[in-house]
Amino acid sequence: MSTRPVAPRDAFLDGVWRENPVLVQVLGLCPTLAVTNTVANGIAMGLAVAFVLIASSGMVSLVKRLVPNEVRISAYIMIIATFVSIADMTLQALVPGIHKAMGPFVPLIVVNCIILGRAEAFASRQRVTASVADAAGNSIGFALILMVMSGLREVIGSGTFLGFSVFGPHYEPWVIMILPPGGFFTLGLVLLLVNARQRRRSAAHASATLARKAA
Amino acid sequence: MGDLFWILFSTMVVNNFTLAMFLGLCPFMGVSSRIGTALRMGAANIFVMMITAVCVWLLNTFVLVHAPYLRLIAFIVVIASLVQIVEMVIKKVSPALFQALGIYLPLITTNCAILGLAIFQTTRGYGLLEGLFFALGGGLGLMLALVLMASIREALEVAEIPDVVKGIALVMFISGSLSLAFMGFAGLLSAS
Repeated sequence: MSTRPVAPRDAFLDGVWRENPVLVQVLGLCPTLAVTNTVANGIAMGLAVAFVLIASSGMVSLVKRLVPNEVRISAYIMIIATFVSIADMTLQALVPGIHKAMGPFVPLIVVNCIILGRAEAFASRQRVTASVADAAGNSIGFALILMVMSGLREVIGSGTFLGFSVFGPHYEPWVIMILPPGGFFTLGLVLLLVNARQRRRSAAHASATLARKAA
Repeated sequence: MGDLFWILFSTMVVNNFTLAMFLGLCPFMGVSSRIGTALRMGAANIFVMMITAVCVWLLNTFVLVHAPYLRLIAFIVVIASLVQIVEMVIKKVSPALFQALGIYLPLITTNCAILGLAIFQTTRGYGLLEGLFFALGGGLGLMLALVLMASIREALEVAEIPDVVKGIALVMFISGSLSLAFMGFAGLLSAS
């Protein structure tokens, strides 16, 4: 508990972009690849993860002083599993079609490393408000990637967005994009672009420092 | 008997856990840089999967009939404690094997392939024998994917690759190509 407290605002922004769970921490790849074949699935997954992440981070932060250090991981997993069960049953009741399409990936939110990672690395050391802000930031960061991935894959792979036709009836869809290989290729492309952007930035930064030194 | 082998073959190749169903991607990305470690991770995985299949069958037949809403919590608790017990037993019985599997065992707890296996086994209503073959197929498929990936990555170490692509993005593109190759088996499923 000796960690320095983090302001909620910083925790939120770190989660959304600077420490984006998928792009920077490279966590939660399974759902990112598996359920992004349609935008509707991506939205449902984003919402389910947001609910579980925010609720369990808040809960972990609340009980952090009550849980003995040796059994903390098991305790966190139990908390997460409870919220995932709630999310699973809710989705099944409200949107049975989407729930069926996502198959085992709703219950598999339990082993999504983002959630346990945030519980262990952040919520177990910080105040409740900061933990909830951190969870919300990470959820939005995760949902952002899900949206980009599922948008690309559905528009190119089926020629639709949320089921509405984008390119008209004469478009020949690239079916491969909504199949498993398309998931890998799309994520590879997204990571590649982010990587390239970051390299250009750090290169620009380095040359700026060099110029300043020379001056 | 034919059915059992069909389950084994289809989970190993046609519906490969990693390349077609996106389960167990963490070890796939994490420990696939050397063939040796990939083999060990695969072996540890097969081992835990087989035991999980038996436990899940026991849970489904005797416990969860009375409380289906506890399914997820029961699975995750059983898997987590199972891995701990297996680790302790191996450490006691065969220190050599423990040395070989080492850090891979605890990593398996948070491997979604194991929980995925448990959930599929339940939703498809597999019995004990079917479950075991399903687990064996899943484990072998994971091992196959890991070893393929590791051999490609070892070969790529000496290749000239643009700096931007290096790292996780490259692994994604390789996985995509592997997945594409495995899709060729999909025809087998509809042919039968």
